[in-house]
Amino acid sequence: MRTWQFFLVSLAVALAVFFAARLYQNDYLFFAGYVVLQFIVLATAWNILGGYCGYVNFGSAAFFAIGAYTTVVMTKLPAFANRNLPPEIASFVGSITPPPIPVLIVLGGLVAGLVGLGTGYLTLRLRGVFFAIATLALAVVLQTLIVNWDFVGGSRGAYVIRPATVAWLGIGYIEYLFLVMLVLVVVSLTTARAIERSRLGYGFATIRDDELAAEASGVPTLRLKLVATTLSGAFMGMAGAPFPYYIGFLEPSSAFGLAYAVNAIAMPMIGGTTSWVGPLVGAVLLGTLQQLATVTISSAVSLLIVGLLLVFFVIIAPNGIIGWFQYFSSRKSTDLKEQPAPVKSS
Amino acid sequence: MTEPLLKITNVGKRFGGFVALDGINLDVAPGERLGLIGPNGSGKSTLVNCMSGTLHNDTGTVTFDGKPMNGLQAHERTHMGLARSFQLPRPFHSLTVAENLRVPLLYTVRIRRDVPHTKDEMDHRCHEVLSLVSLQHKANRLPKDLTQVEMRKLELARAMAADPKLLIADEAMAGLSGSEVKDIVALLIRLNERGITIILIEHIMAAVMSFSQRLVVLVSGKMIAEGDPQDVIRDPEVEKAYLGQ
Repeated sequence: MRTWQFFLVSLAVALAVFFAARLYQNDYLFFAGYVVLQFIVLATAWNILGGYCGYVNFGSAAFFAIGAYTTVVMTKLPAFANRNLPPEIASFVGSITPPPIPVLIVLGGLVAGLVGLGTGYLTLRLRGVFFAIATLALAVVLQTLIVNWDFVGGSRGAYVIRPATVAWLGIGYIEYLFLVMLVLVVVSLTTARAIERSRLGYGFATIRDDELAAEASGVPTLRLKLVATTLSGAFMGMAGAPFPYYIGFLEPSSAFGLAYAVNAIAMPMIGGTTSWVGPLVGAVLLGTLQQLATVTISSAVSLLIVGLLLVFFVIIAPNGIIGWFQYFSSRKSTDLKEQPAPVKSS
Repeated sequence: MTEPLLKITNVGKRFGGFVALDGINLDVAPGERLGLIGPNGSGKSTLVNCMSGTLHNDTGTVTFDGKPMNGLQAHERTHMGLARSFQLPRPFHSLTVAENLRVPLLYTVRIRRDVPHTKDEMDHRCHEVLSLVSLQHKANRLPKDLTQVEMRKLELARAMAADPKLLIADEAMAGLSGSEVKDIVALLIRLNERGITIILIEHIMAAVMSFSQRLVVLVSGKMIAEGDPQDVIRDPEVEKAYLGQ
């Protein structure tokens, strides 16, 4: 399937999901579903760097928070302009901010992508565990910055008033957020899938396997890693941009929550890191499980589930659910066909 | 004499207080088969790394195809036509054998030709290179399914897929049996006959002697002898380095 075909098909699936969800007439479904969708984007974004290139990022929460706080800045701008700028400029600022959610997503993606690029430049000479520690440090530094930045509410947090409905679509705001997130899921999955099948995807795979050999084959590894950190950061930021509208009140400890960093790693790991399907499967499975645990047991249990599942999968199926399936299907096919393997025709 | 393809002038490299390479001068003519030998730790691999850009030399210059390469990254040197194989095979283990060869096609040959390969062209070229090293039947296997000698062949094939002018084979035969060594030497000579200049770094003397037109000996980061292989191994300095006094 070509990329645009895949995009259209998944868009159709997404719309079907949306209308099916509307049949239930239950807002909770959208609230819970939004979180699962957000994790699909986050997991897919993490996988672009972590799964394809093999660079483990522990700072996903930071990129997510950058997206969220970009939105907070936008919502604070009109009041700020009223106080500090001449009335004509203030009314102009007030008329364009805060922009609609899709624009906020693009802005959040831009800012987080730039931070990703910068982080990449500073840290990509580090490998393995050192890179992971550096990303963890980035998250801490950014959180400290936000806590001390009064404009976005500092440690007190910031309120973002969510409108009740979206007039031009005639749907509730939470349904709108759900819809926007669905589209973002489609965009991120399409991007991940396109990367996988492209020249870029081959380059990423060689970086994961062996950087020295990649360079010797002509792969500009540093440049490709920067592409990966930028893309990965941008999608994480996009996942975070609508979040203040979803949650209504954003504080640093929720935006930089442990759950984002842990889930962004656990979901691709559990689903499988080598293909775009892995993060999707992992996020749907784990996200749904967490939502169920949150309403039936307690919200603290949901993180426990992630931890247990992660340990289980790392031991039993290190290549995730997708790897598991591939393993069994390839065993079946080699059992059927006798050696040697078929030669590719030229 | 024609302009050398590779010109190494006064190249030096230190690791802290240890002098790994000390003012190496070496010219390699186009189409030549050069053997590079030396005891363990004599700086052979460091020299290879300085040529291919994995390490950067502290002093001197490496000139390839008339262009100075100081400061160029390894991938840029590969783009210029300098390919290497690694001492220990470093295949891309998550890609099949054919896909391993596709990487240099996508990233090196692609740069030189402006137009992307069609899928057929790509498959054809992969098949061609694989048949050169007789690995066609393993095209769709993963590197982990290969034997040691096949792994070495894949390593050479991947370097070849980049369509190089100069191939540096870093101990391509270490750990192989006698017949496998002959196999690889024959392969390298075949490649050379196609016009590729080859530098062979090797410990197995039988292989070096049957392959090389010229032999260079490194000891403790210095070049102590160079010339006709038969003369070089009779050089008292070389005997001293290898056998002790």
